[in-house]
Amino acid sequence: MADQPSVPQQKPVSLLRFADFAGARILYRLSGFGRASIFVFRTLALLFKPPFQLNLLVRQLRLIGVDSLSVVLVSGIFTGIVLATQGYIQLSDLSAEGQIGRFVCVSLIKELGPMVTGFVLAGRIGASITAELGTMKVTEQIDALSVMGTDPVKYLVVPRFLACAYMLPILTVFSTFSGIAGGYAVAVYLFNMNGVFFMKQVQSYLYISSICISLIKATSFGMAIALVGCYKGFTISVAGGAEGVGKATTGSAVVSLMLILVLDVLLNHLLFTLLQLK
Amino acid sequence: MIQIKNLWKSFEGKQVLKGLDLHIPRGETLVIMGRSGCGKSLLLKLVTGLMQPDAGEILVDGEEISGLKFKELNHMRRKFGLLFQSAALFDSMSVEENVGFMLAQHTKLSRAQIREIVIEKLHLVDLDGTEHLRPAELSGGMRKRVGLARAIAFDPEVILYDEPTTGLDPVTCVEINRLIQSLHEKLEVTSVVVTHDMDSAFTVATRMAMIHSGKIVAFGHPNEMLENDDPILQQFILLGAPEQILNVSNPVLKEFILNLREE
Ligand SMILES: Nc1ncnc2c1ncn2[C@@H]1O[C@H](COP(=O)(O)OP(=O)(O)OP(=O)(O)O)[C@@H](O)[C@H]1O
Ligand SMILES: [Mg+2]
Repeated sequence: MADQPSVPQQKPVSLLRFADFAGARILYRLSGFGRASIFVFRTLALLFKPPFQLNLLVRQLRLIGVDSLSVVLVSGIFTGIVLATQGYIQLSDLSAEGQIGRFVCVSLIKELGPMVTGFVLAGRIGASITAELGTMKVTEQIDALSVMGTDPVKYLVVPRFLACAYMLPILTVFSTFSGIAGGYAVAVYLFNMNGVFFMKQVQSYLYISSICISLIKATSFGMAIALVGCYKGFTISVAGGAEGVGKATTGSAVVSLMLILVLDVLLNHLLFTLLQLK
Repeated sequence: MIQIKNLWKSFEGKQVLKGLDLHIPRGETLVIMGRSGCGKSLLLKLVTGLMQPDAGEILVDGEEISGLKFKELNHMRRKFGLLFQSAALFDSMSVEENVGFMLAQHTKLSRAQIREIVIEKLHLVDLDGTEHLRPAELSGGMRKRVGLARAIAFDPEVILYDEPTTGLDPVTCVEINRLIQSLHEKLEVTSVVVTHDMDSAFTVATRMAMIHSGKIVAFGHPNEMLENDDPILQQFILLGAPEQILNVSNPVLKEFILNLREE
């Protein structure tokens, strides 16, 4: 206890240190946020600037869309199955099991269809975009593009952004319908419901507004996945090497997932309050 | 052609360039020497605008490159051909697409026309018949030469070579040296060659510069460099060559080394 007097002396110092540290962290975060915004604006500005390289876009559409279709379909079916099973059990408690078709259809179209598709693509495409661009960065291929007078954002980011923005809604339609098929199978073959009745319900709850919500959400998830994936790849630290690429790849998937959740909540509010879509 | 004034650059507190001044005259082949890690590759990246200096100016044809807008910078870069130390080939593309990349991006030439130019450039670097291969299928030395073919495919005014002969066998080295010389003589390009290979350096150079502790410590004609009694430079040239003394093809250098040995 001899050095007790020194304790109060240390306190302000370590507090200052902490403030210093925290301040630096906050500034770092803010500047990161600024850089990310600049990246997003640059991408958006370049969307409408010729030359448009269709061959690059087509390649990405194929990679992102066609190759993801099977995974999306499978996850859609399972979502439908789980949803119908739980829904049936819960609804039958309220003696409303007859509404299972409505329940499955509405939740899939407005929420789970876009969400599950977004999750699958964030893991599959977002991560692979980061890995690809990150590797290009580390091996100086992005520098090589710049040196040859080609804007890497235009050449690499724009086609991926457009492909994700186009493909997510399309894939969402597939996942939603496969989900409804899964729900139908559970309701009809497991719980012995009338199939025609189920489909009638689905049909009568297939509002245009719900479909709009679904597609708007899907498009924004697609944009988010592409932007996060590309940004994470571009900003990789060259010093990090292969390990850095690995970390950025996981980071990219995690950030995309979080962003999808946040966007989902925001869009629900926005579309409901502003456009009265429900 | 290129004027570098008082260039500073540091990484995480490590000062690499400390007020470097260098003039690269038009039509000359400047060889840059220096110890590993002294900032030679970095200098090439600064000159092409891939990195920004902390302070200082780089003028290309009298224009300050850090003052250029993005589009102007992209345009200016088309004058340059840069051979990366790591070759930096696009691994998702074939050799043909790599070499023809700038032609496909910036000209309206047809595929067949581009192909013709690509084949011609690949012939220059002694890689006939490799068009359809992928970079992963090439050896290190072949990759380097594809990088070289790519750097010269757009007929640049300035070619920057980062260690063009490192990792090549002596025969190919001589061919690459000849290629650098002939590009210089026929096309009157301005070249900057970073190399540790003293034989190659004295073969191709019309000017030489040595970087040490972030500055140019020696600059001049190859003969002036041999007469320069700066100990760092002397050591560099002498240590750079003795094992290879028997296959040094440059007569001036050979004589110089033999003289030094006798002393
Ligand atoms: N992107 C970077 N991040 C951090 N440090 C870097 C970076 N690029 C270069 N450096 C540092 O700058 C210094 C110069 O690097 P440079 O690659 O220019 O060396 P060099 O002279 O080309 O060496 P060598 O002959 O081995 O190729 C090195 O000490 C390196 O650590
Ligand atoms: Mg180097």
